Amino acid sequence: MSTINIEVDGQTLEANPGQMLIEVTDQAGIHIPRFCYHPKLSIAANCRMCLVDVEKAPKPLPACATPVNDGMVVRTQSERARSAQNGTMEFLLINHPLDCPICDQGGECPLQDQSIEYGANASRYHENKRQVKNDDIGPLIATWMTRCIQCTRCVRFSEEIAGVMELGMVGRGEHSMIKTHPDGEATPDQVGAALCSSVNSEVSGNVIELCPVGALTARPSKYAARVWEMQNHAQISPHDCVGANLNVQTLRGEIIRAMVRENHQVNGYWLADRDRYGYESVYADTRLKRPMIKDQSGWREVGWETALRHAAAGLNTVKQRDGATKMGALANPSRTVEELFLLQKLMRVLGSDNVDHRLRQDDFRDDLLAPLYPGSELEIIQFESLDRVLLLGSNIRKEQPLLGVALRQAAVNNAASISAINMLDYDFHFPLANTHIVSPGDMVTSLANVAVAVSGITGVSLDADIQKRATDTNAQEQAIAASLLSGDAKNKAIIMGASALNHFEASALSAISAWICEQIGAKLVKLPEANSAGAWLAGCVPHRAEHGKEVAKTGLNAKAMLAKPLSAYLLYDLEPGLDASRSGEALSSLETADFVVQCAAFVSDEAMNYADVLLPIAHYTENSGTYINCEGRVQASRAAADPFGEARPGWKVLRVLGNYLELEGFDYIDLADVQDDYVLGDEQIVSQSGASVNDSPVKIDSKAIYRYVETPMYRLDASLRHAAALQQTMDTPTPAVGLNEKTLVGLGLAAGAEVSVRQGEIELKLLLELDNRLPDNQAFIPAGYAETSSLSGYEPITLEAG
Amino acid sequence: MRHHSFQFVAGVYDCAMGRNKTKRNKFWRPKGRPISPQARLEMESLLKNETPQRELLIEFLHLIQDQYGCLRKAHLLALAEWMNLAPVEVYEVATFYHHFDVLEDDEQNPATLTVRVCDSISCMLAGAEKLIEELENSSLPDRVRIQRVPCVGRCDTAPVAVVGQQPVSCASPQRIEQVIEEKQHSCPDLPAALETYIKEGGYDFYRACLAGEHSTEDIIQTLADANLRGLGGAGFPVGRKWQILSQQSKPRWIAVNIDEGEPGTFKDRHELEQQPHALLEGLLIAAWAIESTQCVLYVRDEYPAILASLKTEIEALREWAEFPLPELQIRRGAGAYICGEESAMLESIEGKRGLPRQRPPYIAEQGLYGLPTLEHNAETLMWVPEILRNGVDWYQSYGAHGRSGLRRYSLSGRVNNPGVYLAPAGTTVRELIEDYAGGMLEGHEFYGYLPGGASGGILPATLGDEPLDFDTLQKHGCFIGSAAVIVFSRHDRARDIALNAMQFFAHESCGQCTPCRVGTVRASEIMQQAVWPGEELETLCCVMEDASICGLGQAAPNPLRCVVKYFSHEVSDA
Repeated sequence: MSTINIEVDGQTLEANPGQMLIEVTDQAGIHIPRFCYHPKLSIAANCRMCLVDVEKAPKPLPACATPVNDGMVVRTQSERARSAQNGTMEFLLINHPLDCPICDQGGECPLQDQSIEYGANASRYHENKRQVKNDDIGPLIATWMTRCIQCTRCVRFSEEIAGVMELGMVGRGEHSMIKTHPDGEATPDQVGAALCSSVNSEVSGNVIELCPVGALTARPSKYAARVWEMQNHAQISPHDCVGANLNVQTLRGEIIRAMVRENHQVNGYWLADRDRYGYESVYADTRLKRPMIKDQSGWREVGWETALRHAAAGLNTVKQRDGATKMGALANPSRTVEELFLLQKLMRVLGSDNVDHRLRQDDFRDDLLAPLYPGSELEIIQFESLDRVLLLGSNIRKEQPLLGVALRQAAVNNAASISAINMLDYDFHFPLANTHIVSPGDMVTSLANVAVAVSGITGVSLDADIQKRATDTNAQEQAIAASLLSGDAKNKAIIMGASALNHFEASALSAISAWICEQIGAKLVKLPEANSAGAWLAGCVPHRAEHGKEVAKTGLNAKAMLAKPLSAYLLYDLEPGLDASRSGEALSSLETADFVVQCAAFVSDEAMNYADVLLPIAHYTENSGTYINCEGRVQASRAAADPFGEARPGWKVLRVLGNYLELEGFDYIDLADVQDDYVLGDEQIVSQSGASVNDSPVKIDSKAIYRYVETPMYRLDASLRHAAALQQTMDTPTPAVGLNEKTLVGLGLAAGAEVSVRQGEIELKLLLELDNRLPDNQAFIPAGYAETSSLSGYEPITLEAG
Repeated sequence: MRHHSFQFVAGVYDCAMGRNKTKRNKFWRPKGRPISPQARLEMESLLKNETPQRELLIEFLHLIQDQYGCLRKAHLLALAEWMNLAPVEVYEVATFYHHFDVLEDDEQNPATLTVRVCDSISCMLAGAEKLIEELENSSLPDRVRIQRVPCVGRCDTAPVAVVGQQPVSCASPQRIEQVIEEKQHSCPDLPAALETYIKEGGYDFYRACLAGEHSTEDIIQTLADANLRGLGGAGFPVGRKWQILSQQSKPRWIAVNIDEGEPGTFKDRHELEQQPHALLEGLLIAAWAIESTQCVLYVRDEYPAILASLKTEIEALREWAEFPLPELQIRRGAGAYICGEESAMLESIEGKRGLPRQRPPYIAEQGLYGLPTLEHNAETLMWVPEILRNGVDWYQSYGAHGRSGLRRYSLSGRVNNPGVYLAPAGTTVRELIEDYAGGMLEGHEFYGYLPGGASGGILPATLGDEPLDFDTLQKHGCFIGSAAVIVFSRHDRARDIALNAMQFFAHESCGQCTPCRVGTVRASEIMQQAVWPGEELETLCCVMEDASICGLGQAAPNPLRCVVKYFSHEVSDA
């Protein structure tokens, strides 16, 4: 398309025909005031602030809604433009309260800033201002609706980006106001209510930053600080494999809130609520303040030296008595590369390769065939242009909220055909072309059937291993294959989510997905949790050292380490009772172990049972270090505050522990020294094909009821579990047992009553819920809760009334 | 180190949300409620013959409102579920239209019968305020709901009340009480009209078109030569509009605007009550000429008789016609003046809030459902068969004071015989008063007039000899619009009329854009002061005129400015 020229304030600018004037001036750095316009939202043209003077137009025109024409002459500062802008500004201020001194938005408020430039010193209108009642729209967003200027950015965000219209403009004329759906009081124990008057989106916090006034502000940090007093600290969100960029803001050394840091390669303008509010756990009253050790008299707080000596002595005793291979280290994958590197180094120098971060994974059979790290062959910015997608065991919306947003854009703007093979019928915010819900035992078969259908359509001969796992391809599987191959789509992907990667036959799913990808020209996208890519590259896996270096003898993986007790464990920011999918086994192994060292940011009840030493480490916001996202992007994060109490940055704790253990190579002076110890570039992911389908399928008893396990998005790690506001949202449900109607009726049980759940020796009581998202014979019992921590993995259970 | 931040935050939750702090699995949960099974059943039975199409949302809301007399949240939630919409989307639409009563749970149903009393300009002149006061002080409010409403399109019989759907002309408390007692509250049936129309040669021209006796080019040329212009108010040349449409991609829509809400206007109602087929034939010719197969007629909710009549007449036409008809849909408005604005009407037809669209794109290019759309006011289409039958010369032979063609003037106010008058374009208000309306009311001296309803401005009697037509009044800061001429006398004050108009605009502003939302409200507050602050008001007027998205906000300053210009003695302290 040929470009055209326009003239703005005497400057000639090149533009594409059809572009809106404001886009062109923004690119050229010419400032035009605005409130309702946002580059990622539809054009509303309702605030009328961006009026400019266009030659030959009878009236000033809104720059956001005026397409450019060749030869157009625009003046943004002429008398006519300025008087239109000043007039609109005066109008906006007529109803806007003069409460900037107590407004959280004050200091970062587009209305305040632009009123300085375009407003008068005093208002000529003295009539009463409009007043609007505030709604309680949930724990994350504070409302002050009298300040609203009705720009509808929040409404457009919820409808167009978050995908669920939770806010709307209600009423008309001067009585119009932003509201959620009206509702009465909460019913006492409302479970899974479909309709709520709170804003429940997993990316809802973005409306705070979109709001050009102080009508929507961050609720947890309400009134906590003035904007200009705070310092920004560039951080990376550790909660998912996107690595969203954010600014954590502090007041006199204390963390107050987090805001987005725009990075158009990664998170764009948005943050997930998890990224934005996860910081809140930093001052939870459950923070571990001082080192603690357990001796005959029980737990007591001690100084660092005593604690480290105690830890080193304990580990050395076990090493001498049982050998280093009886020791193991387990880490939280949301920690930095530096910490994970030092942890594995410490173990390996001690003489053990038992190091892992994959506590929710069940199938490790393709470890040796695996690429450098599990990740995405697709860059994050390419998600929006996908045409054909198969979601495999993925609830992308809740697991990777920002990738969910991007995929929704692909569905809406690109008419992407998205299919899903899942074990739970998730509520997606985009339309699905095909939804195939199968029980975990049928996942491999189903995917193999899709492969058969792909081979049938393309004529490529099928891998014999895959053929063995296939049965008769059903209509849905055929439709999924047809959808993936339909049209001349170029951008295709198979996305493996958490429940595929943690599946008991993940290796087979991975291998078949890779085969299909190869046949249809798709990219394989694995979306592991948090900084998993960093953990792999740091060598925090039993079969490889840092950067994929081979090790002499493969150590035990997380599942093996916890299945049978070792003599000693070093736990790094973990609560395996909540973090492991086989949590019951994990707890009993830890309780059996002779010696457990726990590096943790929080005190946990379970650690008080099994640990012998507690070493307080920095919260992620207090930590500097590196994260690597699913596309291999290496990003640095800087500590926003000093660690709480006597806690210390994790790398320092590990370093000094290494010193106390008298290990070689632990003489780092600063973090840069640690970084110099391993090579890390912008990591390119290697091809993920080459894995083979294991032909010893896991036996599933088709008559038994199985416990299906997933971890809710705000229960994934300790820093989220202790974040107060996130724990009050709809995405943190009360743990219960979910069964579909058929299974419920088959068992003769009634929803709403308590049932006893039995798994082997373990028995516990939970509320029973109807959950028709599940296939037959699957009992959904979430992990991540103390109430369910005694259960282990995907295993048969029995359910009885009472 | 202090960590007050956490404690502070906890405090906020505790007091603001009443969080139960005892146990985690009892913690505060987001509010919300499941859909009431009863409401779900009620919706299922009410909507059992319907399909959940998004664009029919307003029709469904009408069904609920008609059935239950109000909109309850439980029903809205159930409707949202049935239509697979976000609840707030339904709530947004329901609260936008005045004819929907969205009630809180603890609010009582409104009385089954509503008496709507018009308080717009013509009725105000005829004593609507006194009438409303008398009604409110009578025993009626115990039995019925008394509601002030903007113009109901019956200004010729002002003051007007509507009991249920039964209009009461020249209303007095006694007349209203009588109608209530008579228990006839549905709208009166209009007589069947097809037979008469056919007898007089109706649909002959359309049949000739279908038979290939006319070419679309000729027809468009004829309308262009006749200089027929859009009679809804904007006056866009009809021939050119059709020309533009016939160059657009297909499919194309036609939307007919029967939402005349401009205070003082009642010509469309008047004509449609007598002969709806003139409109329908005009519509068929338009559909044939621009090759459109889908037409929709948007009827304001204040005209239930016309809505019913159009339904039966279209049915009758379908039965009688041996020729093919385009798809003819009818949509019912819900009480919003703004939906008379062409793009707002399209939004409303799509089942949304009636927010005017920013142009470009123009609706001829991207209109209803994003497709090219021809929109016409009802009267405009009525002229189409008439002009085509009688020819350009016939139409052009009429005219006064240098203007040509014919117009229907809605004349109301202080005259002896208010009504709709067919008169040559360019007739002056004095001629209308003297030659058509039987002169001023006894004891009333002509003082001023509104040439085009509330938005067309106000002129003094000294400008009573100006020809009334498109383009003749601009120089005076006025326009003829839909030719709703309201005459007032020395018993009235122009400032009261201007205030009434501004309050009407504030009430009817959609609230989308800042200048109109804020400006209309502020202006009507300031206009209540004895002495008007000229500079402040002029600033308000400038911003409204320059920066509003649609005609409502742009024209709202007209009456205000006219008072300052022509009736300054009423608002200055001199």
